[in-house]
Amino acid sequence: MVKIDAKGTYYRDLNRKVREAVEKGEKEIVLENVNGQYYIGDGLRGNVSITIEGVPGNDLAAFMDGPTVRIKSNAQDNIGNTMNSGKVVIEGHAGDVLGYGMRGGKLHIRGNVGYRVGIHMKGDKKQGPTIIVGGTAGDFFGEYMAGGLLVLLGLDGDGPIVGDYLGTGMHGGTIFVRGEVDKEMCGAEVGVMEPDEDDLKVLREALSDYCADLGLKLEDVMSKGFKKLVPVSARPYGNLYAY
Amino acid sequence: MFRSLAPPEYLATIDRVKCIRCKRCIQNCGWGVYSWGGDKILIDTFKCVKCLRCYHYCPEEAIEIKDNPTRFKQNAYWGYHNIRNIKRQAETGGIPLTGMGSDLPYTILFDNLLIDACQVTNPSIDPLREPMELRTYLGKKPSSVKIEKGKDGKLKLAEPAPPQIKLEVPIIFSPMSYGSISLNAQKVLATAAKECGIVMNTGEGGLHEDLIPYRKNIIVQVASGRFGVNPEYLNAGVAVEIKIGQGAKPGIGGHLPGEKIPLEVAKTRMIPVGTDALSPAPQHDIYSIEDLRQLIYAIKEATDYKPVSVKIAAVHNVAAIASGIVRAGADIVYLDGFRGGTGAAPSIIRDHLGIPIEHALAAVDDRLRQEGIRNEASIIAAGGIRSSADAAKAIALGADAVAIGTAALITMGCTTCGKCYTGNCSWGITTQRPELTARLDPEVYAERLINLIHAWTHELKEILGALGINSIESLRGNRERLRGVGLDSFTLDILGVKPAGR
Amino acid sequence: MNHDYQKDMAGCGLTGLISRKRRRVSGSHIAKSLCLMTDRGNGLGAGYAAYGIYPEFKDFYAFHIMYDEPSVRRTVEEVLKASYHVEKIEEIPTSPVRAIPISPLLVRYFVEPLKEKLVGDVEESDFVVSTVMRVNSEIEGAYIFSSGKNMGAFKGVGNPSDIAEFFRMEEYEGYLWTAHTRFPTNTPGWWGGAHPFTLLDWSIVHNGEISSYGINKRYLEMYGYKLTLLTDTEVAAYLLDLLIRRHGLSIPVACAALASPFWKNIDRMDDGERDALTALRLTYGSALLNGPFSLLFGHSNGLVGINDRIKLRPLVAAVKDDVTYMASEESAIRAICPSPEKVWAPRAGDPVIVGLED
Repeated sequence: MVKIDAKGTYYRDLNRKVREAVEKGEKEIVLENVNGQYYIGDGLRGNVSITIEGVPGNDLAAFMDGPTVRIKSNAQDNIGNTMNSGKVVIEGHAGDVLGYGMRGGKLHIRGNVGYRVGIHMKGDKKQGPTIIVGGTAGDFFGEYMAGGLLVLLGLDGDGPIVGDYLGTGMHGGTIFVRGEVDKEMCGAEVGVMEPDEDDLKVLREALSDYCADLGLKLEDVMSKGFKKLVPVSARPYGNLYAY
Repeated sequence: MFRSLAPPEYLATIDRVKCIRCKRCIQNCGWGVYSWGGDKILIDTFKCVKCLRCYHYCPEEAIEIKDNPTRFKQNAYWGYHNIRNIKRQAETGGIPLTGMGSDLPYTILFDNLLIDACQVTNPSIDPLREPMELRTYLGKKPSSVKIEKGKDGKLKLAEPAPPQIKLEVPIIFSPMSYGSISLNAQKVLATAAKECGIVMNTGEGGLHEDLIPYRKNIIVQVASGRFGVNPEYLNAGVAVEIKIGQGAKPGIGGHLPGEKIPLEVAKTRMIPVGTDALSPAPQHDIYSIEDLRQLIYAIKEATDYKPVSVKIAAVHNVAAIASGIVRAGADIVYLDGFRGGTGAAPSIIRDHLGIPIEHALAAVDDRLRQEGIRNEASIIAAGGIRSSADAAKAIALGADAVAIGTAALITMGCTTCGKCYTGNCSWGITTQRPELTARLDPEVYAERLINLIHAWTHELKEILGALGINSIESLRGNRERLRGVGLDSFTLDILGVKPAGR
Repeated sequence: MNHDYQKDMAGCGLTGLISRKRRRVSGSHIAKSLCLMTDRGNGLGAGYAAYGIYPEFKDFYAFHIMYDEPSVRRTVEEVLKASYHVEKIEEIPTSPVRAIPISPLLVRYFVEPLKEKLVGDVEESDFVVSTVMRVNSEIEGAYIFSSGKNMGAFKGVGNPSDIAEFFRMEEYEGYLWTAHTRFPTNTPGWWGGAHPFTLLDWSIVHNGEISSYGINKRYLEMYGYKLTLLTDTEVAAYLLDLLIRRHGLSIPVACAALASPFWKNIDRMDDGERDALTALRLTYGSALLNGPFSLLFGHSNGLVGINDRIKLRPLVAAVKDDVTYMASEESAIRAICPSPEKVWAPRAGDPVIVGLED
């Protein structure tokens, strides 16, 4: 294990140190005193685990392909931008536009997230991304979703857990929301239904990993019902244009 | 009952005497105009787009495609396109789509600019027998260079130079994605780019594995749909382009219809088969200029600092925007003008938003010079480059290179019919139907595109020779060698060009 | 030519803090927060606004005036002396900074309008505004940075740390601070273009672009504002002045006019609220700030943070003891407040309004 003190270090120098450590074959890296440094784990590959103490800056794990990043506090915007594989665990809250265009890997967030989380996620038979949010989400959750799995748990209260325009433009993938979903808050392309046995199996599997990462009890999380949101049409805009 | 109150645009006709009923027209038409009636070819002329595939493949020259004389009454104000669109909208309630660049008769500034030539006071140069250099490098140029003497006494760079893209001629192929065009069409572009020492651009549809051998001649694009973007992709080409906008549809997103998303395209884009591929209007991680910088540097961090290009549509404030892009760290600014092509755009957007490339280019080049940062990035001008003369004029206005899309497709058989969005292209270019794409033999058609680039190369050399200069950098931004004809003083001022005679 | 303007566009980072107990903190504090976000700017503009910094002159309007052209100083001072009692004139103290080789002449004036000049029912504040408008639009080479009481703006071309060092921000103590690092896409090099932008005791720092600028500008011009800077931020400052000071809207209502709820949400409100919000939106449609923005505005009695209706720009808020912080990034807050009691991201268009306890 190697510890890197990030205090007052410019992001380019910090990320170079991280890359050098990974190239040396380091499997476990702890970044101490991080505050606001951008691009940590950006484009990083390999089987390495990075623990971040402090609030990392924007675009963490962008294009990342493999590593596991654990953030012990809150995190900022644009995490997991177009990420390909690997995992980011955030023990606190996180900001806007998380997992934009994400292609694979996992984002596990314990707290609340901001606007436009999990938008334009991809997925195919080989791989698909998963984002699980423990708290609440802002508007446009899962906008343009084309694949993958989005789960919103709302573990911390009874208030509304999703924002407006949920899944607007969705044409693939699945969203699970713990509790009820107001159809008024959903995009026109979204169908709200009860999950079946297979769905619950998928959910249970995803959530047991999430719970293991964040020290939660799976039974507690599964104690409340879920709603499943899927696109009702693969071509929601089929009639928009005149040929 | 009538079928549509919009009469067919074209009348496909067969000379029944000449017709030998070989049915080649039926096989060749991607639009379903022709069918077999048992004893003769039947014609559904509503479907005809005048792509001329049938005409070229009719062994008897029996086919003629005419503009429909029964079209709406001519009206100087209510144009054909106005009436047709209203009728189509009344029938469908939809937004009329179109392909290609705008064909409306706005002033074409390129056609009002003329290039200088040498007479008496300075000599023109014989480009066929004397050196004539078109080589161009795209990328950030330092404002000065530190050179020191090494231990061996030879000169060497004291600091590493920024990365560059080397072009043998200042022409590149504009971004056209796999999905909007066929894989074979992309292969034509890639083969020609490799042969000519220039680059093609993946557009935003990801990189099909068949193109990997051409990686040294490929720019990969990252756009709002993030299709096919992974670390390998980012590192697959010589540079990464962030697409903000497109001249044909500034400010609106892309929408590749489900008809053009078969398995291979879906796989490359990582979306379900047959869904519409949505490219949101904005990139949702870029809502402001500092966000653009954030993405530029995210890509640079992920690619060990490859050059990053930013493509924008030419819009009113383009100069300030371009300046911001350069200050945000872009190595290349790609300006796509109002006339720029598209595979699919609402015609109302294509025909009414944005500004022409000539104005935009002049304004951007001026602004970057005023701010002392013109060296910080290269400028690519695109959006309606029809000939090497347009290219030379764009370079004289300040471009480092031009990008061509439509011109390249025309070498593959495109007749600018403008129906790319249907996915029925009979030439196998803007379609994914296997029986149509199979027609576009990459080797055969690459030869034609290579010919075009070679021909333009020769023409550019002729122009430089006439100007008495033997290197393209002496034309770049050299507006003194342009004159305007029939342009008002405002326009001349914007272009920084004198009127002819002065 | 009114139509022939080139609007300024800039990206940025912003930060601000307020002690609800009027506890004064040093400018070095806010500078540290801002410097963390240096990369959100491009070194072509930074600035600070501070409240409570001139307790000994708290009853006087503090004019911070920048002279691009030292020769116009006399002209401006003649204008001032004709209408104001001038309590004190001094050059704003600065330190030499290597990265700022040239700077305009910067002078501050503590003034109050002469009673005899306030004829009829002219409000003192309107009178001051007209002076600011006149100097800024008519006297070339002079520009009033700030004009409020017991507050001031310090800004210029440079990165956050250079500007803080140049203006010796560590020597000032204020209970409310806003600060800004700028990424202009316009011709750089003019100190007046930096934020905060102020008028009377309003100060604004702003991130984003206001796409409705054209109509906001024309709307304000109808009310006599002269938009000389061609920045979005100027529009926001004047709209607040118009809506809150002149039209008497409360801060939450003014915020609901500037970042109005969507019709979809207005339609869902109960009758009374729906009618009120509908009327507000109809009346102030031309004042709607549309496009991506987050902004902080400070005034003598509080700090407000707000962002646009679909959250296109970031804003994070935090509380620790008597201090509320707001910034573009959480890390900018943590740079000066490592363990806040509460951190949250305000929802789109939902203002965070913080007042003083007294």
